[in-house]
Amino acid sequence: MRKLSFIFLFISMVSFVYAQQHDNKQTNEHTTQQNHEGHNHDHGDHSGHNHAKGDHSGHNHGTTQSKQQTGHEGHNHAQGDHSGHNHAQGDHSGHSHGDQGHAAHDDGHAGHMNACGHMVHDHSAEFNPGAVAFHHISDQNVYSIGPLQIPLPCFLYTHKDADGGSKLDVFSSGKFKADSHGNGSVAYKGYVLVEGSARRIVGNFDRNGIVPLKDGSHSVYPVVEVQANGKKKDQLYLCDGGKVYKVDSKSTLDGGLFGGGMTSFTDFSLTKNVVSMLLVCLFLFWLFRKVARAYANRQGLAPTGVQGFMETMFVFIQDEVAKPFLGKKWEKFLPLLMALFFFILGLNLFGQVPFFGGSNVTGNLSVTFVLAIVAFVVTSINGNRDYWKHIFNMPGIPGWVKVIVTPVEMMGNFIVKPLTLMLRLFGNMTAGHMVIVIFVGLIFIFGKNGANSAAGWGMVIPSAALTLFMMAIELLVAFIQAFVFTILTASYIGAAIEEHHH
Amino acid sequence: MTGSLAAIGAGLAVIGAGIGIGNIGAKAMEAIARQPEAVGDIRANMILMAALVEGAALIAILLSFFVG
Repeated sequence: MRKLSFIFLFISMVSFVYAQQHDNKQTNEHTTQQNHEGHNHDHGDHSGHNHAKGDHSGHNHGTTQSKQQTGHEGHNHAQGDHSGHNHAQGDHSGHSHGDQGHAAHDDGHAGHMNACGHMVHDHSAEFNPGAVAFHHISDQNVYSIGPLQIPLPCFLYTHKDADGGSKLDVFSSGKFKADSHGNGSVAYKGYVLVEGSARRIVGNFDRNGIVPLKDGSHSVYPVVEVQANGKKKDQLYLCDGGKVYKVDSKSTLDGGLFGGGMTSFTDFSLTKNVVSMLLVCLFLFWLFRKVARAYANRQGLAPTGVQGFMETMFVFIQDEVAKPFLGKKWEKFLPLLMALFFFILGLNLFGQVPFFGGSNVTGNLSVTFVLAIVAFVVTSINGNRDYWKHIFNMPGIPGWVKVIVTPVEMMGNFIVKPLTLMLRLFGNMTAGHMVIVIFVGLIFIFGKNGANSAAGWGMVIPSAALTLFMMAIELLVAFIQAFVFTILTASYIGAAIEEHHH
Repeated sequence: MTGSLAAIGAGLAVIGAGIGIGNIGAKAMEAIARQPEAVGDIRANMILMAALVEGAALIAILLSFFVG
């Protein structure tokens, strides 16, 4: 067992170092390409034109330009007078930095105008750890194992009131021909793949089949827009052959309740998270069947192998959680508690396996929401007369206090308990995954995303050490959070079924 | 300077929860030292209490997400 863990540590360290090397090389290539094209403003090789430092002296900025400087949108250039600004094709003729177009540079982002007149941030110009972390923990329509992209089935439903009308499209996400970042280079049936998730193209787009995009996987890009409520939001646009299309946000099923807004389509796909969940369920089924068989075949003998490992955890939950909290009726709720514990534990641990998707299932709000709802429904159904009486008509206190106590009790039992159950698991798992991604990202922060590769290489070993440390902590957290979820569910149920003696 | 007031709010919430969980841990250690035979019960209750304190911080952080 000890030997095995050392082997695992060694393998994960080697694979991390390899992956960083691989990524570093890629970004280096990007940067050298950029230098050839000669518009990498971060490196200051355009002395006098270094807009990143906000040095605009001597440049003739009109009033429209100074308006653009506030938000770095810079996308009202589509009037056709900037046709010579297509940096993507390397055409720099007649390109005067002084008067137009580059007003959006003053926030330090290196970028260029694309064919549609939108300011596009160069892919490797700046490393944004927050965005990278969010991308890695989010659910996706492809399953990535290392550099491999395994396509998953997509079930995409277009709503009735959307342009094109109600329609269910079923196809494999392999149709998008995604690159290693999960960006598709092909639009299929009016959908594009953006950072691993299928999005619908809004507007009059060919929805019948494969449409290869002109700029390949770089065709979709975000533009910062100010919303009606004053908040800034990254709105995705697709530029294909000079035409601009809006790309819808990720589909949500909450009806815009959590601020995501309504989308013109709904994604019922078997995503990475769903596949991970199914895999873990199959594994747990196999494991418990094996253990149950071992008990049947080896009656009266000491447990061996995995049987002993499972028995330890099983007896722990039974004796430390079920029996003390549930009293006499513990046997009735034991299957629920065990299912919750092993399901959460299995998914927590599955998400920790490096380069096996790293799926963040228990760090997905929808999953923890459903788990919390299960706990809430079981508590409410099994709640006895005393439980409801203590919420709506607390005995033993004067009437005017009840006016205060009843709303507080209702909030506590119906909102706060399920909400914290949901958020605790979500928060802990998401934070763990994000910290790991950011520790790996230290290499790119120090290496300035390829500009200073010596510093990047220097950070490889400290970053691997920090990541391994964090992964060890996360291993502990995986067990603790599964245990906490189970113990809290048991205590809520226990409080609802407790017999009171007044 | 970038960032928002919501980030400060989240930080304050974490300070509160940190003090709370620290107190729980300290008292639990003390209790285990006094009565080592009750270590199992104390540990389970310690984790339960820490989880409840954490809940308050989580609500604050969630609010800061939505408001910020």
